[in-house]
Amino acid sequence: MTPRRKRLALVLGGLALAGAIAALVLNAFNDNLVFFHSPTQVLAGQAPKDRLFRLGGLVETGSVQRQADGVTVRFVVTDTARSLPVVYKGILPDLFREGKGVVAQGKLDADGVFRAQEVLAKHDENYMPPEAAKAVADAHAAAPTTTQPSETTAKPAKAGAPRS
Amino acid sequence: MIPELGLLALIAAFWTALAQGVLPLLGVRRQRPEWIALARPACALQTLFTVIAFACLTWAFIADDFSVAYVTRHSHDALPLIYKIGAVWGGHEGSLLLWVLELAGWSLALAVVSARHSPRRIALPAALAARVLGVLGLLSAGFTAFILLTSNPFLRLLPAAESGRDLNPLLQDPGLVFHPPMLYMGYVGFAVAYAFAMAVLMDEDSRSPSLQQAWADWARPWTLAAWLFLTLGIGLGAWWAYNELGWGGWWFWDPVENASFMPWLAGTALLHSLAATNKRGQFPRWSLFLAIVCFSLSLLGTFLVRSGILSSVHAFATDPKRGIFILGFLATVIGSSTLLFLARAPRNEEDAKPVALLSREAMLLLNNLLLLAACASVLLGTLYPLALDVLGIGKISVGPPYFNAVFVPLILPICLLMGPGFLARWGHNEAARLLRQLTLPLGLCLPAALLLPLAWSSWHLGASLGLFAALWIAATHLQQIILRLSQGQRPGRPWWGMQLAHLGLALCVAGITVVKTYETEDDIKLVPGQFVQVGGLPLHFLGVSAVDGPNYQAQRGDFLLGEQRRIQPEKRQYPSSAMPMTEAAIDSTPLRDIYVSLGEAVGDDGAWTLRVYYKPLIGWLWAGALCMALGALLAASGGRRKP
Repeated sequence: MTPRRKRLALVLGGLALAGAIAALVLNAFNDNLVFFHSPTQVLAGQAPKDRLFRLGGLVETGSVQRQADGVTVRFVVTDTARSLPVVYKGILPDLFREGKGVVAQGKLDADGVFRAQEVLAKHDENYMPPEAAKAVADAHAAAPTTTQPSETTAKPAKAGAPRS
Repeated sequence: MIPELGLLALIAAFWTALAQGVLPLLGVRRQRPEWIALARPACALQTLFTVIAFACLTWAFIADDFSVAYVTRHSHDALPLIYKIGAVWGGHEGSLLLWVLELAGWSLALAVVSARHSPRRIALPAALAARVLGVLGLLSAGFTAFILLTSNPFLRLLPAAESGRDLNPLLQDPGLVFHPPMLYMGYVGFAVAYAFAMAVLMDEDSRSPSLQQAWADWARPWTLAAWLFLTLGIGLGAWWAYNELGWGGWWFWDPVENASFMPWLAGTALLHSLAATNKRGQFPRWSLFLAIVCFSLSLLGTFLVRSGILSSVHAFATDPKRGIFILGFLATVIGSSTLLFLARAPRNEEDAKPVALLSREAMLLLNNLLLLAACASVLLGTLYPLALDVLGIGKISVGPPYFNAVFVPLILPICLLMGPGFLARWGHNEAARLLRQLTLPLGLCLPAALLLPLAWSSWHLGASLGLFAALWIAATHLQQIILRLSQGQRPGRPWWGMQLAHLGLALCVAGITVVKTYETEDDIKLVPGQFVQVGGLPLHFLGVSAVDGPNYQAQRGDFLLGEQRRIQPEKRQYPSSAMPMTEAAIDSTPLRDIYVSLGEAVGDDGAWTLRVYYKPLIGWLWAGALCMALGALLAASGGRRKP
C-alpha cells in the first residue's frame, strides 16, 4: 500500500470504530433510560407498560403489610393526591418508614400493582429522595385540595413457615 | 482563639498562593530572575499556612469545640478519636480544606524535587519549574478563595452548642477515614501533570519535539503517583461500600463514583500516551490534551460532589452559591487551557509521524481511544440525567444496566489488546513474531477459559469471555517475564511496575467476571435454630442479642457458618442522629465471601429477615486494585533514562 492509501485506510478504520462505539453507546442509552413517574401519572396511564420505571412518593401511613413468607412486603405509595399499591420481595432499606419518602424501581402489573424490583435506600433520616419530593410537590401544584392518606391500621402479618 | 488563628492562616495562605501564582509567571515573561526565584519560597510559605489552618480545624474537632458551626454539624463528644479526625473532612468545608492542603503538599513536593538535579532525568529549566509552580499557585488561590468566600469552616456558632449532631454513622468506618484523602490525592495530583502541560504550552519553544519528549519525562512520575492514589481511593471507596452499606454492592455507577472513575480512565490513557511521547516523541498533542482533560474531569468531579447538584450520601452541600463558584472556576480553567492549547500546541502536521499498524504506539493509541470512549460513555450517563433535571425537562435515571451494556464491550478489547500491545516493539511491524509469540498463550488460555466457569455452578458464555481476557493478560505478561529473565536481562523498575499493574487488572477482571456471574442473593426469614444453605455451607441462625457500642446500641445476630465459623452482623442505632445502620458480617476466604446482614425482627418468635450473599472471588478485586497501585509505585520510583 502507498502511504496515502494506508492513511486513508487508517482514517476509514478509525471512523468505522468511532461509529460502532457511538452506535453501541446510544443504543444502550436508549434501552436503559429509566423514567420517573408519580402515582398520579401512573394512574393517568402515562407510565410505560413492560418497561422498568421509577415510582416515587410517600409510604402511606398504616399501609405496610408483611406477607406470610416474612420477606414479601406490600405497601401503598402516595403523592397525597393518588396512591398506588406496591409489592416488593426483599429486605427494605434501613430508613424505609411509613409516612416517609420512598423511590421504588420496577414494573406495573396488569392488575395495577407496582412490582418493585428495588426499593432505593436513602442515607439520612432528614433526606427526602428528590424524586419523591417532586411527586408530592407536583401533586400539590395540580390539586390544592388534597385527599388525606387513609388511616387504616394494618399490623405486619404473623410470621409463617420459613424457608430453610 | 484557635479557630480564628486558623481563619487568619487561611487568609494568609490565599495571598501567598496568589503571589506564588502571579509573580513567577510574570517573572518568566518579563525575565525578572528575582521574581522567578520567589516561586519556591512562596510555595513553602503557602504550604505552611495551609497546614496551620488545617491543624487548627483538626484541633477544634479533637477538643470538641462546639462553638464552631462546622464541628457541631459533623462531630459529637462521644465520637471515638479516629472518627473525630475523620470528621474533619466528613463535610463540605473540611473536605475542601483537605483538597487545598493536598494541593499544597503536591506543590511543595514538586518545589523540592525540581530543585534537585537527578542524573537520570532531563534537567528541568528554572523558568519552566517556576511556571509549573505558578500554575499550581493559581489553582491553590482559586480554591482557597472558594473556601473563604462560600465555605468557611471556622464560622462560630452563637451561642455554642452543647454537643454536635454527630458524624453520619455511615461515615464511621476506618475505610472512610482514609477514602477521601486518597481520592483527593489522586484528583489533586493530576493538577501537577496539568500544570506541567500549561507550563510547556506557555514556553516560547512549546512546539519543539525535544521539549515535548522532556515534559513527558517530567510529568510521568507525577501522573503515576496521582494515578496510584486515585486507584487506592476508588478501591477503598468500593471496599467501604461493600463493607458498610450492608447491601453487598461495591459499585453502583452512582454519579459520585463516576466522578472519580472518569479521571481514572483519562489518567490511565494519559499514562500510556506519555510513555509513547517520552520514548518515541509520538502523540505530543494528544498527551497535552489528555493532561488537560484529566484535570478538568477531576475538577468536574469536585463540582459534582461539592456543589450539591447530586443528592446522595457524598454530597451534603446544598448552597447554590457554591455550585456557581465551582462552575465558574471550572469554566475558567477549561476555557483558558483550551485556548492556550489551540494557540500553542504542536501543529498537526508536526505531530503526524507515520505509525506502523502493529507497532506498540499504534496499540497504545487504540487503547487510548477505547479508554476515552469509555470515559465519554460514563460522562454521558452521568451528566445527561442531570442536564434534563436542571433544564426541568424531566427526571430520568441511567442505571447500572446502561453502564454495564456499554462498558463491557469497550473494556474487553482493551484487555485483549494488552497481550499483543505489550509484545509489540516501538515503531516496528512484526506480524510474524507477534503471531509466533502469541500462539502459546492463546493455546493455553482458550481451553482454560472454556473449562474454568465449570468450577462454579454452571457454564456461562460471559464468564468464559471475561476469564479469557484475564487469563490472556496474565499469560502474555508472564511469558514475557520468563522470556526476559531466561535471556539474562534485568528490566528496570518501570517495567516491573507495568507488569504488576497489568496483572492487577487481570485479577480485577477475573474477580468482577466471576462475582457478577455467580454471586447469589437470598432474602429470607429465619427463626433461631433454623439454617440456610449458602455457597455449599450451612448457615445456622443462633439468635439475636442486644449489645452496647461506644456511641450506639446494637442488635447483634449470631450465626454459625459450617462447623465453627462465627458470623455476627449487627443492626445499630445511633441515638445522636436517630439513624439505624446495618453492619454486615463477612466471612472471607481467597475464593469467596459469605456476607450476612440483618433485616428486621418479624413476629414474636425471635424471627428475623436476613440478606445472605455468596460472593465468589470478590477478594480478587481488592487484591487487583492493590497490585495496580503497587505497580504504579514501582514505576514511579524508577528513573527513566533518556531514550
